[in-house]
Amino acid sequence: MSRMAATRDGYGEALLDLADNPKVVVLEADLGKSTKSLHFRKAHPDRTVSCGIGEQNMLLVGAGLAASGYIPFASTFAIFTERAFEQMRNGVARPNLPVHLCGSHGGTHTGTDGSSAQSIEDLAIYRTLPNVVVMHPCDDTSTKILTKQLPDLGKPSYMRTARNKTPVLYDGRENEIQIGKGVVLKDGDDAAIFACGVLVHEAMDAALDLKSKGIDVAVIDMHTIKPLDTDLVDEYAKKCGAIITAEDHSIIGGLGGAIAEHIVGTHPVPMERIGVKDRFGESASSEEMLEMMGLKSHHIVSAVESVIARKS
Amino acid sequence: MTSKSIAELEEMARKCRIEICKMTHRAQAGHPGGSLSEIDILAALYGGRLNVNPDDPDWSDRDRFILSKGHASPGMYAVLAEAGFISKDDLKSYRVKGGVCQGHVDMKWCPGVDFSAGSLGMGLSFGMGCAVAAKLEGSERTIFVMVGDGEIQEGSVWEAAMASAHHELGNLKLFVDCNRIQNDDFCENQMRMFDIPAKWRSFGWAVKEIDGHNMEEIVSSIEWMDSITGKPSVVIANTVKGKGVSFMEDNPGFHGAAPNDEQLDIALRELGVEV
Repeated sequence: MSRMAATRDGYGEALLDLADNPKVVVLEADLGKSTKSLHFRKAHPDRTVSCGIGEQNMLLVGAGLAASGYIPFASTFAIFTERAFEQMRNGVARPNLPVHLCGSHGGTHTGTDGSSAQSIEDLAIYRTLPNVVVMHPCDDTSTKILTKQLPDLGKPSYMRTARNKTPVLYDGRENEIQIGKGVVLKDGDDAAIFACGVLVHEAMDAALDLKSKGIDVAVIDMHTIKPLDTDLVDEYAKKCGAIITAEDHSIIGGLGGAIAEHIVGTHPVPMERIGVKDRFGESASSEEMLEMMGLKSHHIVSAVESVIARKS
Repeated sequence: MTSKSIAELEEMARKCRIEICKMTHRAQAGHPGGSLSEIDILAALYGGRLNVNPDDPDWSDRDRFILSKGHASPGMYAVLAEAGFISKDDLKSYRVKGGVCQGHVDMKWCPGVDFSAGSLGMGLSFGMGCAVAAKLEGSERTIFVMVGDGEIQEGSVWEAAMASAHHELGNLKLFVDCNRIQNDDFCENQMRMFDIPAKWRSFGWAVKEIDGHNMEEIVSSIEWMDSITGKPSVVIANTVKGKGVSFMEDNPGFHGAAPNDEQLDIALRELGVEV
């Protein structure tokens, strides 16, 4: 059994490590205990700015700091970042200021808090913004590594983390993590599953089930949704001839949308998208939510069988 | 920058008013009313108070001026030309493809512009970030922000107001250009704001009211702001939209409309230009 940890913990640990850089500052909107920026705040209160429950202000305080040479990391729940979307658009992305926004508790996996807290559109909306890098890592190790790469990015970013613990896949594989580069977790040539976040684990489970049925699929962790690793997408479209995407996010505009938009112009192949089917969630446990939304490994297995049947 | 006398600042503002009329006329678009209401304050700031350098506009320890009401860009461009950040010729690029004078002020396009505005309610938050940065660095630089009175209907302004006072940002100074008119009509008809000074006072700010077209009052209000430490300060400047051009004054029709040829002639004559 691998180690279990939440991606938000990886974010909090990374901020602490980044504190050696005197230009790194942390912005909070009364959810530091949840997003895990609290560790930085405790160690470096002088470089932590409480913005109260005011996300719109927080984003632009970040912009002002970034324009003054600082590297601000702002976090709140994924859903509440959306309230400051226009600030992100006009005040951060447009002048290309390196403000790093983290939205924790993303997706329906957030669970019992219910639909108001389950952001299923964050990846889609931030992906539409020029200059913004969009990430959704699947484990705490990759979250930590990706976060620590952000000060060198020189442009704004949005990273979604998750509330609940999931298996850690990257212990000992830290050097494979690079912003903008997908990771082939399991190779195969019957179909390629591109997944992000919690659904990477469901995809790995699906691959095991499929193996027992004689179907050999590749599983690729697309922790960066933008810029999309188009070389890897093209390579596996050609190699496997069928693609499945899997994300705890609306099927509209997220990872599935990004890959479909790309391959339609390069190497179109049969494709199935696993995601939230244009509906809101409700209060239920994480596992119940994944089942209800059609995001479990057995849903992925069915999608793989269906897409392989469409290969000519 | 060397400080100018009151008469020199008034003359600087007059020249800027002429350029505001010419720019909006040339573009047949833009926002003359709010540019004319703000311009005396901008002249006072760029005429000597701001520690900025037109030869090095990105100097990191400069004072900042953040025009949050970014549509009133002709006023900003006119004063930047007077201060030597851009040329008089650059003013012809207002709203023209490839021009440094974009429709709304933009830090990526125009030297001397500290914030890319255009969406109301954002500049004070950005200014707060700049003020926090200056404090972290131990710098004495000052952050000035200007918002419009209509603009403070945006809720985000009050997030910034509360947070700036909470963080005791004495290096943050705000002007509210109270010209009493917004896009569609008089503020009074669109959204009454009741006692504006009392609102800022209750948010923990030091507050002063002035006549925003009286240069002596403007200059002394800046000195008053500079004397305030430990809390942010705001000057509520009572102004007249379209100030200096008779048919634009107090006229909601000139919030976002350009003068035609005939109107430009009248405006320039009123501003002391021989046409």
